[in-house]
Amino acid sequence: MADPADETLLDIRNLRIEATVYPPGEDPHDITIVDDVSLTLGRGRVLGLIGESGAGKSTIGLSSMGYGRGGVRITGGQVLLNGRDILKGGMAGLRGVRGREVCYVAQSAAAAFNPAHRLMDQVTEAALKHGSADRQTVQARAIDLFGQLGLPDPENIGQRYPHQVSGGQLQRVMTAMALASGPDLIVFDEPTTALDVTTQIDVLAAIKLAIRKTGVAALYISHDLAVVAQVSDEMMVLQGGKLVEHGETRQVIEAPREEYTRALVSVRSIRHEEKPPSPEPVLTIRGVTAAYPGTGVDVLRDINVEVHPGQTLAVVGESGSGKSTLARVITGLLPPRAGEVQFAGRTLSAAMEKRSRDDLRELQMIYQMADVAMNPRQTVRTIIGRPLEFYFGLRGKEKERRIAELLDEIEMGEGFIDRYPAELSGGQKQRVCIARALAAKPNLIICDEVTSALDPLVADGILKLLLKLQAEEHVAFLFITHDLATVRAIADSIAVMYQGEVVRYGPKSEVLSPPFDAYTDLLLSSVPEMKLGWLEEVIEHRRMESAGN
Amino acid sequence: MKLIAQRLALGILLLLAVSVLIFVGTELLPGDVAQAILGQTATPEALANLRAELGLNDPSYVRYFDWLGGVLTGDLGTALSNGQNISEALGKRLSNTLFLAMWAAIISVPIAILLGLVAVQHRNGFIDKLISATTLTSISLPEFFIGYLLVYFIAVELQWFPSVSTVYDGMGFADRMSAIALPCATLTLVVLAHMMRMTRAAILNVMQSAYIETAELKGLSPFRIILRHAFPNAIAPIVNVVMLNLAFLVVGVVVVEVIFVYPGMGQYLVDHVSKRDIPVVQACGMIFAAVYISLNIVADIVAIIANPRLRHPK
Repeated sequence: MADPADETLLDIRNLRIEATVYPPGEDPHDITIVDDVSLTLGRGRVLGLIGESGAGKSTIGLSSMGYGRGGVRITGGQVLLNGRDILKGGMAGLRGVRGREVCYVAQSAAAAFNPAHRLMDQVTEAALKHGSADRQTVQARAIDLFGQLGLPDPENIGQRYPHQVSGGQLQRVMTAMALASGPDLIVFDEPTTALDVTTQIDVLAAIKLAIRKTGVAALYISHDLAVVAQVSDEMMVLQGGKLVEHGETRQVIEAPREEYTRALVSVRSIRHEEKPPSPEPVLTIRGVTAAYPGTGVDVLRDINVEVHPGQTLAVVGESGSGKSTLARVITGLLPPRAGEVQFAGRTLSAAMEKRSRDDLRELQMIYQMADVAMNPRQTVRTIIGRPLEFYFGLRGKEKERRIAELLDEIEMGEGFIDRYPAELSGGQKQRVCIARALAAKPNLIICDEVTSALDPLVADGILKLLLKLQAEEHVAFLFITHDLATVRAIADSIAVMYQGEVVRYGPKSEVLSPPFDAYTDLLLSSVPEMKLGWLEEVIEHRRMESAGN
Repeated sequence: MKLIAQRLALGILLLLAVSVLIFVGTELLPGDVAQAILGQTATPEALANLRAELGLNDPSYVRYFDWLGGVLTGDLGTALSNGQNISEALGKRLSNTLFLAMWAAIISVPIAILLGLVAVQHRNGFIDKLISATTLTSISLPEFFIGYLLVYFIAVELQWFPSVSTVYDGMGFADRMSAIALPCATLTLVVLAHMMRMTRAAILNVMQSAYIETAELKGLSPFRIILRHAFPNAIAPIVNVVMLNLAFLVVGVVVVEVIFVYPGMGQYLVDHVSKRDIPVVQACGMIFAAVYISLNIVADIVAIIANPRLRHPK
C-alpha cells in the first residue's frame, strides 16, 4: 500500500451549486452560489476554506456531505469520497456516508446540540446508528476523546445537558462527537468564531491536537485567515462562489499571488495616531455600580472613565464583562445603583424618561445588528429623516437636502434613498445606521460591536468611515468591542473590562504597552496572529509560565 | 418544583374566581325558582313559604358561602325540581361523560399526533395535503351534522352500531363500547384536526433548528429525526393543545350527548337549565370549570417537566 498521505480522500470535480431566491418585488429565480470549483484532499490533510460571507465556503464544505442548506441544490459536478461519487447513491446512500465517513462541527455548538438529550447520547448517536461498535465501546471512546480535548471531568461530562456546559466546552464536545464514529473527514464550519478570544485559543489548540492524534482529514472553514493559518496544511481562497487562489498555507499567507488574497492578508492595517486628552471631557462616568432589577448581583462595579471630545474610548472585554451594560447605563436604559454620568459638564438624569430631548439628541447609539436596528418596512429616506424631524423639525426640501448630505457623508449617494433595508448589504445597512445617528448632530456616539457581524474588509471600510466622520464632525465615540484589532485601529484611550470592573484604563499607547496585568496579557496574547506556528508558541509560552509559577 | 406549586396555587385561585362568576351568573338569571316549581297558579303565600324553605331570602353572600362550603365538602345540594341529591345524580352522569371522553381521547390523541408526525415527514407533499384536507373538512362540519351523518350511514344503512347510546348499570364492556361507538367517532372527528395541525406546526417549527441539521448530518433517518430530535422539543405546545381538546371532550360534549341521547353531564345540564334548577346548573358549571382548569394545569406542568433547563438546572 502506498503512503497514506498521498492517497486522495476527497475529490470534488467541477462543483456547481444553485439556490432559488425570492427577492422582494421580483419573481423567484435561481442563482449560482458555487461555480465550477474543484478540489482534492489527501488523507489526514487539513484544507482551510477562506472567504467572506457569501463566498460559498460553508456550501462547499457541506457539499462534501451531499447536503444543501435551505433551498440550496448541487446541480453539477462530482463529489468523490473514498473513490465513490456520494451524489449518485440517493438519500439512502448519503445517510450511509454522513456521520460515518464525514462528520460536521458547526459554528454554534450551543444551537447544534439538541437541548432535550444528554451530551453522551448525542455524541454516541452517529457511531451507534452506523453500527461501528456497541454502546459500551463507543462510550469509552467518547470519554477518551473528552479527555483528549481537555474537557473537565471527562468521565461524567457526558451526563450533562447542553445548557449545563459553557460555549467553549460545547464546541469541544461537538468535536468529540464528530470524532466518535471514527470518520475519514471532518468539516469544521467556523468552529471558534462564536467564542471569546481567550476561549478560542484553547479550543483551537484542542482541535489541532485531536486532528493530529487521530489523523483525520479536515475541511476547516473560516473567515479569519489568522485562525485557519494555525491549523491548515493548505488553503483555498474563495470569492463569490469562485476559486481565487489555492496553495500551501505558508505560500498563501506569506506570498499571496492574487490581489484579493493580498487584501485579506493585509486587512486591519488601519493606523490611527492617538490624540492627547483635552482638559474638558465630554462624558465622565463616576463611580458607577449597576445591577439588573430583581437580581441583586452587581454587573458593573465602581466604573470611572472619561471620553474626550472628538476622540474614541474603546471599551474592550469578553462576553459577560459588562461592556454593553455600561452603554445601557450611559443611555439611561438602566439607572445605576450608585454613581453618576456627566455629559458636557452637566449631570444626566439616571433614567432616560427624565432626560430632555437635547440630552437624547447629543447621545446617539449604533448597534451590532444593523438588520434589527432598522424597521424593515421603512425606506432609507424615512429612517434617516426621522431624527431630522424629531430633533430639528426639518420638513420638505430642507429635510431632503440634509438626507442627501448625510448619504453623501456615508459614501452611499442618493440612489439608495428609496431602498428598504432588505435591499442593502450588511455594510450598507450599518452605514445607514451611522447616518441616522449622525443626523441628530450628536456629541457622542456609542458604537456597540458595530463591526462584529461584518466581514473583515467591510468592517475595515466602516472603521475608516467612522474615523473620517470623527475628523469632520468632531464627534466622540465610545466604542464597545471584543476585538483587539479594532481597538488598535481606532482608539485614543482604552478601558479593559473583566467581570464588571475596569481592570486597565488609559491612553492607547500605555494600555497596549507592558508591563501588563494578568488579564490584559491573556487577552492580548490570545489574538490570533497571521503567522505560522503562532498557536504553538503561545501554548508553549503559557505552559512554561504556569510551570514557572 | 416552585414553578409547579405556583401553577397549582394559581389554579385554585382561578377556580375560586370561577365559583364567584358562576354564582353571580346564575343569580342574575331571570325568573323565580319557586314560581317555576309551583307553577303560575301558586298562591303568594305558598311562594313565600317555598322561598323561605329554599333559603332564597338570605342575602346573596351568605348563600354563596353556604354553597361554597357545601361544594368543598362534596355536598352539591339538592335539585330544586325533584329533590334529588345532586352529588349522587351527578356522580353517575359524570362517570358516563368521562368514560366517553376517555375513549374519544384514547383514540384521537395518538391518531392526531401520528398523523401530525406523518404530515411533517411528507411536508407539502400529497400525503400532507390529504391529511390536512380530510381533518380540516371534519372540523369544519358542525358536530351535530357529523353525528347525524354517522347515524344515517353507519347506524341506519349499515346497522353496525346503534344510533341511540343507551347505557345502564351492569352493562357488559363490549355492549357499552358498541353503544358509545358513534358519539366517540363524532368527538374524534371533531377534535382530530386541531391537534393534528398543532402537532404539525410545532414540529415544523422545531425542524428549523440547527440541531435538526446536526441530526441530518449524522445520517439519521427522517422519521428518527422527527421522533427523537424534533418531537421532544415540541412537547410543550402539543400537550397544551391536547389538553385543550381533552377539556373540550368533557365540557363540549353537550351537543353530542343530546344527539345520541347519552346519559352524561351534558344531557343532565340541558334538562335542568330548562327547569331553572339553579343548584344543578351551578354544580355542573363548577365541575366543568374544575375539569378545564385542572387539565390546563396538567398541560403547564408537563411543559415544565419537559423542559430540560427547568428539570436540570445548572
